[in-house]
Amino acid sequence: MLTLLGVAVVVVGFAVGFNPLLVVVAAALVTGLAAGMAPEEVLAAFGKAFNENRFVSVAWLVLPAIGVLERAGLQERARSLIGGIRLVTVGRLLIVYMLLRQVTAAIGLISIAGHAQTVKPLVAPMAEAAAELRHGDITDEERDKVRALTAGTDNIALFFGEDVFLAIGSILLMVGFMHASGIEVQPLALSFWAIPTAIAAFVVHGARLLLFDRRKLKTKAKADAQ
Amino acid sequence: MITLQHVYVLVGSLFVVFAYLSARDATNAKRWTTGTFWGLFAASFLAGDFLGDLVNGVLVLVMALIAGAGGLGVGKSSTTTHEERQASSARWGNTLFIPALVIPLVTLVGTFAIKGLPWPIVIDPILINGVLLGDPKQATLIALAVGAVIAAVLAVVMLKQPLTSPFQEGRRLMDVISWAALLPQMLASLGAVFAVAGVGKVVGDLATQWVPSDSLIAAVVVYCVGMAAFTMIMGNAFAAFPVLTAGIGIPFLIQRFGGDAAAVAAIGMLAGFCGTLMTPLAANFNIVPAALLELKNRNGVILMQIPTALMMLAINTALMYVLAFR
Repeated sequence: MLTLLGVAVVVVGFAVGFNPLLVVVAAALVTGLAAGMAPEEVLAAFGKAFNENRFVSVAWLVLPAIGVLERAGLQERARSLIGGIRLVTVGRLLIVYMLLRQVTAAIGLISIAGHAQTVKPLVAPMAEAAAELRHGDITDEERDKVRALTAGTDNIALFFGEDVFLAIGSILLMVGFMHASGIEVQPLALSFWAIPTAIAAFVVHGARLLLFDRRKLKTKAKADAQ
Repeated sequence: MITLQHVYVLVGSLFVVFAYLSARDATNAKRWTTGTFWGLFAASFLAGDFLGDLVNGVLVLVMALIAGAGGLGVGKSSTTTHEERQASSARWGNTLFIPALVIPLVTLVGTFAIKGLPWPIVIDPILINGVLLGDPKQATLIALAVGAVIAAVLAVVMLKQPLTSPFQEGRRLMDVISWAALLPQMLASLGAVFAVAGVGKVVGDLATQWVPSDSLIAAVVVYCVGMAAFTMIMGNAFAAFPVLTAGIGIPFLIQRFGGDAAAVAAIGMLAGFCGTLMTPLAANFNIVPAALLELKNRNGVILMQIPTALMMLAINTALMYVLAFR
């Protein structure tokens, strides 16, 4: 049971709001010490894993290109594009984005969109513009909600779309693990059983997006009046 | 042949520039600690394989201490004002979208060029003098890196931006993301330490004790909710899946109750994904975008996702009960 102390450090550390990097290092130390490792052994194990996981941070390479495009007015262009469409709302815009993201993820194209590549420079400014088209100059809190909804929609579409693809990491993991346990499952069967959930996610989250349109977003003028 | 090592040198070099620009920036009150932080990150990418495990560990520890002590400041990058951006946006119009679309396009085409495509149409990997373009195991990452470089060059040339702008603007975004940039890699490393210490097995044993052996519906609920909960603790459904499937999925759902193995596994994994939507430990999906979009609440994305995640967890549980046990 002592092994779980590290998990407790993570839960408490994140809940209290300490810097997450410190929480992670502390959790690693506590876990390792509880498992009977010496401090320098834990540090070495953590350093080794950190080095092996550098590929996780390669995605930051897109920042210079995105930054230059922002400098040249990409967000403003995305906003004015939306301003020209009368029927657009936050919910409708994000439903279209969700459909595109889910379908492309389902055929294996998971890296063509993402928070740095599409959400920040394109979809979030579009959603904000759509909100302002309907409600006027919204408050910063409402703006944050629209942004968070955009990022969340990207995640939900990705998670419940990618498993429909045959050769995605999670399918390969399931096939490999089940094989090692003496049970043969076909990748095709796994991706087939991901389809009902994919459809359900589109319906459930799509309904939430449409409900978001029914809310009256607070405007700056109104916040000032109060 | 392009390998992941070449990509690491590229990333490392970029962070060397960020560190240099940060350290020189007199408008950043914390310029030395900020510069040191990105400099250490650069060192990890450029020399991580030669430093040894313990030195790598100390390097991470120092980075965490700098971030924890509030040592990361925000510099003043030479970017454009809102008015300048609107003028530039009007000038270039939809041309602005071209470099943005180059990143996904090159990632896609590059991936196929490196490792080919077996289905639905056959594409052979491109060979130059009998050598592959890149390491097929890392095809997507290599293609993404190439796409990012091409897009940056294209953006500077097509939109007539200053030559230093990719570095200045990259640093501006990096300052906004700050320590959150390191969190996904740190959490992946924590997962490795958890694995060494056997955390998964302990949790799996605990969950197994909870399964009532005679009720199918209870077993399905424990497996699905367990996948989501364990994913929230580990930050990753891939870590939860082997533990709970070995502990509950295979012995109870598949062997005792005769569930369809593919349906149990597939829907169980998707139940885990519901947990991913609700945990700060899935940093690259939940914390990084909050930083990137400059949300006031670090958990803003998670809070927005929780209603959908809970409904999808209930739906996945019901789907497994109905579809896997016909």
